[in-house]
Amino acid sequence: MTLPSEYLEYPRRGHGQDMDRHDWQLAKDRKPVRLANGKALAVMIVVNCEFHPINPANTPFRHPAGMVTPYPDLRHFTSRDYGNRVGVFRILDSLKSHGLKATFPVSAALLTRARPLIEAIVADGHEIAAAGLHGDAIHWSGLGPDEENRRVEAVRTAFGEAGLSPVTWMSPARQQSFATPDILTAHGFTRTLDWETDQVPVPLRTDSGPLTALPLHNELEDFKLMIERHQSEALWRDQVIEAKDFLLAESQTHGASVFGFTLTPFVTGQPFRIWALRELLAALAGDERVWCAGADEIAQAFGQIDP
Amino acid sequence: MKPDPNLYDYWPYRDRPKIVWPGGRKLAFWIAPNIEFYEFDPPKNPKRPGWPRPAPDVVGYSQRDYGNRVGHWRLMEAMDRHGLKGSVSLNVAMCDHCPEIIEACVQRGWEFFSHGIYNTRYSYEMDEAQERAVLEDSIRTVEAATGQRIRGYLAPALTHTPRTLDLIAEYDFWYTCDLFQDDQPQPVKTKTGKLVSMPYSLEVNDVITYGALAMDPWRYADILKRQFDQLLEEGETSGTVMCIPLHAYLVSQPHRLRAFETALAYITGHTDEVWFTTAQEIAGFYRENCWDQTIADIAAKGCATGGTGFEGETA
Repeated sequence: MTLPSEYLEYPRRGHGQDMDRHDWQLAKDRKPVRLANGKALAVMIVVNCEFHPINPANTPFRHPAGMVTPYPDLRHFTSRDYGNRVGVFRILDSLKSHGLKATFPVSAALLTRARPLIEAIVADGHEIAAAGLHGDAIHWSGLGPDEENRRVEAVRTAFGEAGLSPVTWMSPARQQSFATPDILTAHGFTRTLDWETDQVPVPLRTDSGPLTALPLHNELEDFKLMIERHQSEALWRDQVIEAKDFLLAESQTHGASVFGFTLTPFVTGQPFRIWALRELLAALAGDERVWCAGADEIAQAFGQIDP
Repeated sequence: MKPDPNLYDYWPYRDRPKIVWPGGRKLAFWIAPNIEFYEFDPPKNPKRPGWPRPAPDVVGYSQRDYGNRVGHWRLMEAMDRHGLKGSVSLNVAMCDHCPEIIEACVQRGWEFFSHGIYNTRYSYEMDEAQERAVLEDSIRTVEAATGQRIRGYLAPALTHTPRTLDLIAEYDFWYTCDLFQDDQPQPVKTKTGKLVSMPYSLEVNDVITYGALAMDPWRYADILKRQFDQLLEEGETSGTVMCIPLHAYLVSQPHRLRAFETALAYITGHTDEVWFTTAQEIAGFYRENCWDQTIADIAAKGCATGGTGFEGETA
């Protein structure tokens, strides 16, 4: 058994990207951004409210926060639900007490199931984003474009019926297919939180106009650091504040940038963790060079104007 | 199978009706020592192996034996020093294997609830008659050993069937520790009975903190104090519940118990604000004083979906 000769052919081997969604550009060669509001750092806090079904298909993989044990996994179903019932309100209260605005990707399944949560997010002035149908409705190329299109259309319809018209999209488990960006813009989504890519928003090419990729740092996810990697709340807080301070220092030569990080309600919203969030938010709110805003507002401030 | 088992209604943590625990207390605090027996050579369950390694898993078995021989006494004496009673999460076969431990708990006036027969006998794939047999065995065995009628349940090794909660409600259990959706009790939507979901905790459970999250003893003590502080603060608005679930084979290790005791000392320093109690007393109070106001509040907020849990799966 040997590999075919095409395995050593490299049709996209050349300067820059090996795909066409965006062009290659070094961060150091970018024209520094000066924000109209004079701030040096746009902080994008992403509070990820997903519904994790107790009967997942786990196709093509299990969502990292999905069910674990054989059916019925009451343990993980109810622990995740804790985030959307209890933990998220601690996060909302903490944001409010510091006057900070965030982006809340929510599963379409929560629009009816957890309607009071949706109303609370809207009442507090945060941006609502779409997080797909639910945590187990993962987008990937095996779905085929028709099925993926139906899913995004169903999400758009569900939000419309809830009186909401989000422009920002985060895929379940932040997984996409090759076609996802085209399908998203066809349904009116112009921002995505799936591609980390750069320290500033980057427009992705799609069949229906640009889709702005806002940098959301994979390596600073609260779930990843505190659950998967067993780091302490104090270490998580310190790393988020360190990133803020680093980017503020870099802004003196590189201009304004975007700093996106994730808060998972069933993780950070625990009673014994919320102190760390309060300290972290105090550090953001107490720094006059920092501007906390929703994903769409940040994209606009960085010149990514809706078509 | 449905995406949401509909065991309880969505209920946002904001603006709930106020719960005031007996004596005007803000936080109901209870400790759940798990007193367990893991079999040396358990029978196979098709859904889950009895041990992570092929039997005999002597490392795992003997550590749990250490918990029974050494650990429980250490923990009981530590709780005595702080005037705390336990609500024992009991593999009821312990009444047969290690009656000395059960007797010591009885003498202290501790409560018992069922955690199945053995922690190596899972509920997966049981038919209704088998599940009923486990519940009837639990009630009968604990009554014979302690004189107590058990009112609480935590499924063995947290393994369930769609009918588990309906059955325990039918046998007049008052509370289940199997649901982790809240820091306050809530009615469970069972076909019959009056079953309360009792806040237990995986997050501050020593199995999770020492196992899954690999904490050191001092960090565990620190998060217990922080958990307590936050829930006490919120209990001013509406009474909260804090439980510390423990396993003597973990918490009573010589490098861990003194750090744990600093958390007990801290918590028991708040006598005026905290109801130090048992799960059964919390459930009894809740069923009498808070059940109806919760149902009314959920109905008023438009989150009630009707029906009962796992409908169509439990016939």
